[in-house]
Amino acid sequence: MKRALRYLFFYSALIGVWALLAKLRVWPPYIFPTPWGVAETLWAGFADHSFWIAIGVSMRRMLIGYGISVVLGLFLGLGVASNKFLEDTVGGLLVSLQSLPSICWLPIAVLWFGLTEKAILFVVIMGSLLSVTISMETGRKQLPKIYSMAGKNLGARGFTLFWHVTLPASLPYIVTGLKQGWAFAWRSLISGEMIFVTLGLGQLLMMGRDLNDMSQVIAVMILIIALGYIIDGLVFKSIERHLQQRWGLATAS
Amino acid sequence: MMQLLRNSLGAVPADHRAPFRAPGQCKPVGVATSWEPSLATPKLSLNNVSLGYATNSGGRLVALKNINLQVQPGEFLCIVGPSGCGKSTLLHLIAGLHRQTSGEVLVDNAPVQGPGTDRILIFQELGLFPWLTVAQNVEFGMRMNGSPKKERATKAKEYLRLVHLQQFADSYTHQLSGGMRQRVALARALATEPDVLLMDEPFAALDAQTRDLLHDELERIWAETRRTIVFVTHNVREAVRLGDRVVLMTFRPGQIKREYKIDLHRPRHLEDVQVAASAREILNDLREEINKSLEEEYGLETRA
Repeated sequence: MKRALRYLFFYSALIGVWALLAKLRVWPPYIFPTPWGVAETLWAGFADHSFWIAIGVSMRRMLIGYGISVVLGLFLGLGVASNKFLEDTVGGLLVSLQSLPSICWLPIAVLWFGLTEKAILFVVIMGSLLSVTISMETGRKQLPKIYSMAGKNLGARGFTLFWHVTLPASLPYIVTGLKQGWAFAWRSLISGEMIFVTLGLGQLLMMGRDLNDMSQVIAVMILIIALGYIIDGLVFKSIERHLQQRWGLATAS
Repeated sequence: MMQLLRNSLGAVPADHRAPFRAPGQCKPVGVATSWEPSLATPKLSLNNVSLGYATNSGGRLVALKNINLQVQPGEFLCIVGPSGCGKSTLLHLIAGLHRQTSGEVLVDNAPVQGPGTDRILIFQELGLFPWLTVAQNVEFGMRMNGSPKKERATKAKEYLRLVHLQQFADSYTHQLSGGMRQRVALARALATEPDVLLMDEPFAALDAQTRDLLHDELERIWAETRRTIVFVTHNVREAVRLGDRVVLMTFRPGQIKREYKIDLHRPRHLEDVQVAASAREILNDLREEINKSLEEEYGLETRA
């Protein structure tokens, strides 16, 4: 309750200062829009379905691109974690590739696939695949040995051991990897959409710039933050917390 | 006939047997023991078992050296020794989770080939599966060997009743106290109906009252189920309170220093005078080994 009050206080103060600055016309309205102007744009965008369509298109891309990179990343991560040779070779390559911002894959994507849906998906996949793979690998390695020993001790072997022991035991680590992968995919998608024009939230953002419509820019930014927060901060985080508690990994923090 | 001959030959490796001593009388017995290992096929038989590791610094560490040990069916054997003497490793060898460098580990006269559900090890850290409920944990071994669902449920219930946890069947392990988790591990091990129960300092992390209670329960369950138990502990009193026989191991390399037959009648209690007296005797022998281990760990400090 106290926390909710604190949130309420902070955000009303923030909006209050924003409104005050806009009212005082410190900067002209086309540079610094009013809060109610942004709210109006949001309302209008949902009313004429353009925001709904953009959200739908972006989410569809996320689901496909992220889905592919999760499946690939799980197998790659497990493979790298279980084989010393792969770990030294592919593992090192993955870590070095991760220093490449995902948007740098766009030129390759456009040359290979043209200005198509595939190019965007490629950027999303490259953006999240590495982090899913790497966290899968570290999760697999951090896995306490006791579980597989106990499993073997009780008669589990081979695939059964993997399915009934290794996989559930590494679930908290997997979810952490999935969460991180989602965040990376989201960033990659929006940057990709901003650079070449197709439907989607990134394009809506750029359209605001092209039309010099500052309210739309802010409104779409708020949308992107809200969507990211809902999925990352609420959905993934609560799953993660639940698993960590149950698995006995929860720390004092 | 052949079998009988082999058993009697295998069971009396006269030169390997550690000096034997009956506590309370403080009389070291030579090779022959009052306790007749040749009458029955030993359940477990370790012949000249050694284990060495290559250390990171390039050296070689001998963890176990020439271990010779027989455990009879239904016997409660306790192994004591300073930390780092390889007692846990010994259990892992019997469980088939590690392999010895030389010598042989026999179960019912057959060499151990990896883990098997006839020997269940209860780890010091327990290794309960947190993603499963208490009942599912207990059922795990049966599920692995493909028992039908109904049978699993009935048996899990039965074993949970044995450890007095039937009302916690649907809880998750993180909701239980340390002593309760310990009992879940015991039930999970018993539910696979192993011939041999290997226990690695199972009660070390518990408070004294809980431990007393679990001693009683373990003794009762052992009496009811007639399993063979090999119980590793660093607590000598605990060993005397529980064991038919106590084996003392030396510090690095782990060797068997001496065996003690505990002839006290059951049920016993930790506070029993005879338990204390026998424990003191073993402790005197153990102290030497503890000093050795301390010296190794703290180096010059203890010598100064």
